[in-house]
Amino acid sequence: MPTLAHFLAVAGCLLGLGLFAVLTRRNIVGILLGAELILNAAALNFVAFEHFGDHALGGQVFAVFIIVIAACEAAIALAIMLQVYRSFRTIDTTRLTSLKF
Amino acid sequence: MPSLDAVAFWSLASLTLGSAGGVAFSRNIIRATLSLLGTLMGVAGFYAMLSADFLAASQVLIYVGGTLTLILFAVMLTARMSEPDQTNPSVGAPIAFAAVAALLVVLGRTLELADFPEAAPVAAPSTARLGHGLLGEFLLPFELGSVLLLGALIGAVVLARRAVKRAWERG
Repeated sequence: MPTLAHFLAVAGCLLGLGLFAVLTRRNIVGILLGAELILNAAALNFVAFEHFGDHALGGQVFAVFIIVIAACEAAIALAIMLQVYRSFRTIDTTRLTSLKF
Repeated sequence: MPSLDAVAFWSLASLTLGSAGGVAFSRNIIRATLSLLGTLMGVAGFYAMLSADFLAASQVLIYVGGTLTLILFAVMLTARMSEPDQTNPSVGAPIAFAAVAALLVVLGRTLELADFPEAAPVAAPSTARLGHGLLGEFLLPFELGSVLLLGALIGAVVLARRAVKRAWERG
């Protein structure tokens, strides 16, 4: 019978894996994928607390806003990445070392 | 015979965490992006288990159908097909592993020591409540969210366009 702690443990593991992806990936898209994992972990936490709490509804609303903000952030980050690719012909963060093109 | 709840939970957890492992550890960036699909589907299944049915549907529609498709487009536009495994984890992997392990130990200890209620409520649909909440108590964040979406839309179009030379600048 899964309790609240089970769901929080899954969310915690998602957070850890997302953090590992953000810290070790060299590709910009790889870092963005890690950030998406972290956002999903936080949203899962919110929804789990609402379900096992007293249904105060703040949790699900916040998860909706997390989805909205994640979509905005992905769009802007990928637009920037496309411009960087056009200017520098690489999206490897270890090679993007100067601010000036 | 384990309960249906437990079977659903463990299968969704293995799908989610296995795909998240693929996102974090896969050497091929295209495989990592497609593993995110599995993770998002698993999280949508968790939302359905936690009586967030509208959230599960919008997770699949918006996150998978929108955000993941966008990321896949960007990956396909910028990945060099001759070297598909160009995203090796850098030399920071052991340090990152230690930091993440420390974080997980702290979180696990907190979960152990915390005093959570044991009652597991029944999952019930919550779309009507969510709708009333978004247009009632949470109206201001809802409107600000639309403004944010408009700004992101315009910003992404402006950021991603090629430099446009006006007729008088071409000389």
